[in-house]
Amino acid sequence: MTQAPAGAAGDPAAFRAEVRDWLAGHVPAEPLPSVDTAEGFARHRAWERELAGARLAVVSWPARYGGRDASLLEWLIFEEEYHAADGPVRVGQNGLFLLAPTLFAHGTEEQRDRLLPRMARADDVWAQAWSEPDAGSDLAAIRATAVPVKGHRKGHGEGGGGWLLSGTKTWSSRAAFADRAFGLFRTDPAARRHHGLSYLLFDLHAEGVTVRPIRQLGGETGFAEIFLDEVFVPDSDVVGPVGDGWRIAMSTASHERGLSLRSPGRFSAAADRLIALWRRAGEPADTAGRVADAWIAARAYHLHTVATAARLAAGGTLGAESSLGKVFWSDLDVALHETALDLLGPAAELRQPPDPDGRSPDGRWPDGRWLEGYLFALAGPIYAGTNEIQRTLIAERLLGLPR
Amino acid sequence: MMPAPMISARSPEQEQFAGALHDMLGAGAGGATTTGAARQWAAGDRAPGLGLWRELAGLGVTALTVPPQWGGLGASPLDLVVCCEEIGHHALPGPVAESLAAVPLLLTALCTEHLGTEGRRDEELCAGWLTRLADGDLLATLAMPPRLPYAVDADAAGLVLLASADTIRLATPGTRHQSVDGSRRLYEARGGRVVAHGPAVTEAIRRALTVGALASAAQLLGAGRALLEASVRHATLRTQFGRPVGAFQAVKHRLADVAIGLEFARPLLDAAAVALAGSCPTAGRDVSAAKVACADAAHQAARAALQVHGAIGYTREHDLSLWLTKVRALLPAWGTQAEHRAIVLAAVGGTGLIGTGSP
Repeated sequence: MTQAPAGAAGDPAAFRAEVRDWLAGHVPAEPLPSVDTAEGFARHRAWERELAGARLAVVSWPARYGGRDASLLEWLIFEEEYHAADGPVRVGQNGLFLLAPTLFAHGTEEQRDRLLPRMARADDVWAQAWSEPDAGSDLAAIRATAVPVKGHRKGHGEGGGGWLLSGTKTWSSRAAFADRAFGLFRTDPAARRHHGLSYLLFDLHAEGVTVRPIRQLGGETGFAEIFLDEVFVPDSDVVGPVGDGWRIAMSTASHERGLSLRSPGRFSAAADRLIALWRRAGEPADTAGRVADAWIAARAYHLHTVATAARLAAGGTLGAESSLGKVFWSDLDVALHETALDLLGPAAELRQPPDPDGRSPDGRWPDGRWLEGYLFALAGPIYAGTNEIQRTLIAERLLGLPR
Repeated sequence: MMPAPMISARSPEQEQFAGALHDMLGAGAGGATTTGAARQWAAGDRAPGLGLWRELAGLGVTALTVPPQWGGLGASPLDLVVCCEEIGHHALPGPVAESLAAVPLLLTALCTEHLGTEGRRDEELCAGWLTRLADGDLLATLAMPPRLPYAVDADAAGLVLLASADTIRLATPGTRHQSVDGSRRLYEARGGRVVAHGPAVTEAIRRALTVGALASAAQLLGAGRALLEASVRHATLRTQFGRPVGAFQAVKHRLADVAIGLEFARPLLDAAAVALAGSCPTAGRDVSAAKVACADAAHQAARAALQVHGAIGYTREHDLSLWLTKVRALLPAWGTQAEHRAIVLAAVGGTGLIGTGSP
């Protein structure tokens, strides 16, 4: 049974109230175990299903895929409330924020019908498979191949053909426990660099796939290396035209850097917690400036994002300017958490500070969360195109400096 | 009922207004360029600069914040911001935040809240000044110690006020002090007759400091934009090692950071203007946040611009010096960065949620 979904009606206050009430009654009282452990992954998947049951997993998607047709502004409201309520990490974020926008823009009707509802319910949790050992910032140096094959494979229907994937992908977020992955593969061996690449989807449990989890700085297996040895992919899992993968992936990259991946709610909530921490520490003068700057930057990011959402809603597009936001939020995230750790003093190095008073006033934010958040934030300036790549894009594409 | 969400604030009309100001200030007036006028203003020759102010009056700039009953436009703080940003973009000399923002606010308060110590006589006096300000016949300036210790360009102004604590006095220029920005001629304000006094005056002075900080933040943002534009131009034209210096990654990345700083300062500036227009209780906090961000972004732009220009940027001859010195002068004016950060911290509750009306 589903009640008539709010969100499409355009009453932001009612939508916010609904989201807030629901989260207040459902967000787990104690934080879930890390998403990058087997148990934590399962618990986060269950949480996604709970969200989906309330039609809150993908509010901005069309109703037929499990969403509410909510506007971008309403999506931002959802995100604000989600972060303010300290909702669990979205285990499906690679799929929700990277693959789904690509499918909306470049996928077929059949692909959307088949993939999106399962994604919304976390029946499929997606990992991204962009980077390779020799293709990091220089993503166009991709060497993993997709070779066309005739005939069908067991479980993939009659007729048609497909592709055999071979090569190595690495730094694949969530791949240790995820179900499926999306990435770029070289389909034309004669083509160079950005040409001859295609965007393909594959099953992480398929024959020929070996996943080697990699421990991250914080000790958990947040990403993995993926070895592919003639892994079959049917034609129906190629997104967009064969050979057009670079363009399609770049449209996703823009989502990753821009609006989708980092909603302002995350920084607004963190800045408010930082101010609470600063007050609890006796408002030390030596950090006052950094605390104020973190709050100001979080507000700037919030205002900027709302303005961008309004521009997009009015038919605008998001291009190279998404690089401005990516550098801004990722630097802000690190600076904000560094300030918090400085305020914690010697206890800042502890993964789980023992002091029972070491919590936010509402009791929901143990001080150890700052270190966890800091380790998470440190990845920001690296992934989704390093900040150095972004600065070069800004200089060349927005400022017009010579290449 | 909740107000509509705050979205990108500038209207097409405001963008057109900015464009018209840009064209006018870019072209100059009476054969004088704006940069030339700034240099002559610094040397004590105000004629070319006053010519530009008259042209601006023709576009309605001096009438913006004056209420309609005294011949003004009663425009919004966002109109003021759009205008001051373009003025900062061109480094126009003169008492910008003073004559366009703070003084009209104080005079208006004096008239509409009946604060004059000599009753109707002072109100008529202020009404006369407001009318002349709107017409562009009068430049005004003021000192508001301790935050604004000197009256800039008091020698060029037909009206000088000294506003402090709970008192507004007429004033005359006293000792002159040299500013790092030669086009800012700083004077001590010698206080004369008291024109307003009392608790309501304290409140009016507080509001004048806020609107002045907003105007100076807008000037700083405009100056920062000009510095980035000049840097990009120079880095594209200047070659070393056989290539434009802008092709070097160190230069690219430094200028990218400048672009990021300016990009994320502007939403704070616009939001502060909108908050002020709505007499929102967070307006003071929002103006302070805007001043901090715009001043930081402009300062970063100035440092990068000097470094990218190299030795030529370190000369008085090069026009870059006009913006470099103005940014350095405006950075602590209308409240230091530390003062504005303290205002933000004292006022912070939430960061503002969309569509709730909570700021």
